[in-house]
Amino acid sequence: MISMKNKSLVSIDDYTREEQLKILDLAEGFEKKPVQDILKGFVVATLFFEPSTRTRLSFESAASRLGAQVIGFSEASTSSVSKGESLNDTILTVSKYADIIVMRHPREGSARYASEVSPVPVINAGDGANQHPTQTLLDMYSIRKTQGTLNNLQVAFVGDLKYGRTVHSLTFALCNFNATFHLVSPEDLKLPSYVKQKIKDNKLEYYQYTDMNEVIPKADILYMTRIQKERFSDPIEYERVKNAYILRNEMLQDAKNTMRVLHPLPRVNEIETDVDHNAKAYYFDQAQNGVYVRQALLASILGVI
Amino acid sequence: MEESKTRKELQVSAIENGTVIDHIPAKSVFQVVKLLGLENCKEQILFGTNLESKKFGKKGIVKVANRFFESDEINKITLAAPSATLIVIRNYQVVEKKKVEIPDHIRKYVRCVNPNCITNHEKIPTKFLVIDKEDIRLQCHYCEKVTDKNNLFFI
Repeated sequence: MISMKNKSLVSIDDYTREEQLKILDLAEGFEKKPVQDILKGFVVATLFFEPSTRTRLSFESAASRLGAQVIGFSEASTSSVSKGESLNDTILTVSKYADIIVMRHPREGSARYASEVSPVPVINAGDGANQHPTQTLLDMYSIRKTQGTLNNLQVAFVGDLKYGRTVHSLTFALCNFNATFHLVSPEDLKLPSYVKQKIKDNKLEYYQYTDMNEVIPKADILYMTRIQKERFSDPIEYERVKNAYILRNEMLQDAKNTMRVLHPLPRVNEIETDVDHNAKAYYFDQAQNGVYVRQALLASILGVI
Repeated sequence: MEESKTRKELQVSAIENGTVIDHIPAKSVFQVVKLLGLENCKEQILFGTNLESKKFGKKGIVKVANRFFESDEINKITLAAPSATLIVIRNYQVVEKKKVEIPDHIRKYVRCVNPNCITNHEKIPTKFLVIDKEDIRLQCHYCEKVTDKNNLFFI
């Protein structure tokens, strides 16, 4: 019997493959029965040192539906950080008020540090550009739900593969499930070599492209990401490529019937709104899955299931 | 051999008891002194740099009287002076000679290269996993970014 009681989640690698799968299995249960009283009497602290509407609300929704009370703040300016309090002191204080801490912080490594000083478990809800493991788990959940399996899938990542932390973490996670990776990006924003090395270390294959149309017929999952202008060393290059990474409805004609389009959201213009009504569009359901996965995490880390 | 040995000893005098750190890269002598906290040491310290070395071209040497370093302490200098040799002297005789070894973990004295790492913004001692001892690549325990030998800054 795998127990995650009191086990902080900072990086996706903190949980074994079996533990990750257990969270997905538990999340299925919460999807069937999202409102339960199992966390009654528990207090969940959501400490958002930088704003993130989606992640914070979905954690708070997950906690509320399980009967927990939620305390916290949604930006650093409303916390004692603005008075110069150290992260150590904030965490130690909040740990006296709450049974678990969900934290987003702009500095990389902040969540690992918090998990070391905190006497209560910490869930990383994003530390700068480093890790966002609950996003990875909800992505895995969405993939398994739409494909019926996590194994042996053709996964295409499109957009900013260099800075997109969701892409890096999901790649790491899918290396445990024999995925084949199709990497579509502008030259400036290719997947970093350490992530590609991880694919090679697992004896898996990846293919790189600059044209999205090449991968659409092959893919089981088309994972779109946002391309930000400020990521380009040359603004002219951005102007040249920006339209090449926008998904339009007609481009999905040759896709497999079972293929689904995922996106961590927020979207800007990389998926045209006409795709939203296509049965292959799954990104809003994906966001909803975040609640079930976070319910599973809260319940298992607090040791009630 | 005998001649060069004699000349070396003339360049930096011998000590009766203590530790000699030899084969330090010439540019790193002051760094080694700093890393070992010898600036505040009350014992006699002799050091030389830009000394001739057949193996290294130019080298540095530090001799500290009446100090015997623990492995943890001495491992601090491995990143600045990976080629260093540690020689323990008692009664003017060499009683132990060993190469310094890069440890598996490095704590406190190297700065993380990532400007957005939490350790560069709060009073948190740094911690690294040494992922490549040959090429010197350190992975930050906190932000997970890699600091390599070209970006090594000592705290």
